[in-house]
Amino acid sequence: MNIFQPIGKAFLGFLGAAGRLTLFAVISVSHCVRPPIYPRLIGRQMIEIGYYSLPVVGLTTLFSGMVLALQSYTGFARFSAESAVPNVVVLSMTRELGPVLAGLMVAGRIGAAMAAEIGTMRVTEQIDALTTLSTNPHKYLVAPRLIAGLTMLPLLVLVGDIIGVFGGYLISVYKLGFNPAIYIKNTWQYMESLDVVSGLVKAAVFGFIVALMGCYHGYHSRGGAQGVGAATTNAVVSASILILISNYLITEMFFAK
Amino acid sequence: MTAATNSTPKIRATNLHKRFGRKVVLDGLDLDVAVGESVVVIGGSGTGKSVLLKSILGLMEPEEGSIEIDGQPVIGLSTGDREKINRKFGMLFQGGALFDSLKVWENIAFGLIQGGHTDRAKARDIAYAKLADVGLTPDVGELWPAELSGGMQKRVGLARAIATTPEIIFFDEPTTGLDPIMADVINDLIVKCTRELGATTLSITHDMASARKIADRIAMLYNGKIIWQGPTSQIDSSGNEFVDQFIHGRAEGPIRMEVRAP
Repeated sequence: MNIFQPIGKAFLGFLGAAGRLTLFAVISVSHCVRPPIYPRLIGRQMIEIGYYSLPVVGLTTLFSGMVLALQSYTGFARFSAESAVPNVVVLSMTRELGPVLAGLMVAGRIGAAMAAEIGTMRVTEQIDALTTLSTNPHKYLVAPRLIAGLTMLPLLVLVGDIIGVFGGYLISVYKLGFNPAIYIKNTWQYMESLDVVSGLVKAAVFGFIVALMGCYHGYHSRGGAQGVGAATTNAVVSASILILISNYLITEMFFAK
Repeated sequence: MTAATNSTPKIRATNLHKRFGRKVVLDGLDLDVAVGESVVVIGGSGTGKSVLLKSILGLMEPEEGSIEIDGQPVIGLSTGDREKINRKFGMLFQGGALFDSLKVWENIAFGLIQGGHTDRAKARDIAYAKLADVGLTPDVGELWPAELSGGMQKRVGLARAIATTPEIIFFDEPTTGLDPIMADVINDLIVKCTRELGATTLSITHDMASARKIADRIAMLYNGKIIWQGPTSQIDSSGNEFVDQFIHGRAEGPIRMEVRAP
């Protein structure tokens, strides 16, 4: 009898947390589409997410593209299918690795920063100060970050895809002896617009998730420095898990037969 | 909306109840603040002074009771209506609560630009005027909050609180963490600025020197209720043993200090 008690308690706790997160998301999204909109704040967040994340996303996708070319070449050589390397690199980068790696890197970089900044504002009463100054914290703090996350991650992924394919090209041409023109021709020939579009849709969803989890955990942080630290950890962990779960669901939506 | 009359208190809290788990913080609290009056609520740490203030500001919702501003009930208002009510308020937070990401002048002008929709250039001029009102030089306006001392942060917080010329100003422990001289400077500024504005003020503090200086009336909060209130001049002859113990800062007496904050 007693073993059901902690299970039930945990389940009710999960439902409560899911409800609070959903409510937070609905309120925040409603503020994204209702005036006043703060272009200055949205612009600042876009630069923070898009521009300043470019080096880390670029490096990650560059080396992933290089590893992908090496791995698929040595693997495919076992059944004489080395010529498929350009196709594997471009499909893997655009469909999966580009959005997922960029999403996870941005979750670590931006999700943590958002949770820490908003969490510190919470524990130092700056969010209360916003409310007393007739400014809705959802509109002022959360909405600009959601809009920036939703719009900037697809752009980052687009750039990351190109860099990743370029990484594969570098290894294939300069190390594995592929003909440059044939490599580029194969890359273009077998890539479909759906490959890129599905990756960009994933990126938009991941950007929203990263910003939402960063804001949610920061907004609800309690208890000083320790609370802010916990909020930061929770933001990164929950965003990473949700990215991987939603990645499967979106893949299922686009490509399941 | 109820029409306010001259006899309508600016702030009226009636039968407020608030608890956190099993801990009862407010237990049927009643408090009126008249128009233009300066009321200071005193009480030990953990007695619920901040909860009272946050309930009036709409940052927290009491489980029972009513709060009226100018005769209008404010509990359960929609976000938009609450923002309209909050435009009547100015608030000096205990730690200043200045926005780290904004310069000092932007902090002061924040309520004018975001809440009042004042033109940015005009709001900047007003911010610098308020900076002068609290005794700070114009060069402070271009600094970041992290570059200011505790006393300067309090002054900037006061400038932000009065920038929108609010009808009601709240002070949360305005002198906590300051040396006695700076505390007196802040008290003088509070008296000067609120008199110039003709604002109604509600402060919470456990600093008796501050309470004596800024209050027209003092109310003592204990066990979730106002157990005594009267003019500042009568605080020393209240005849209330709880008040006597508190104002003389004696460890021995009927008050048992709360160990945990609410």
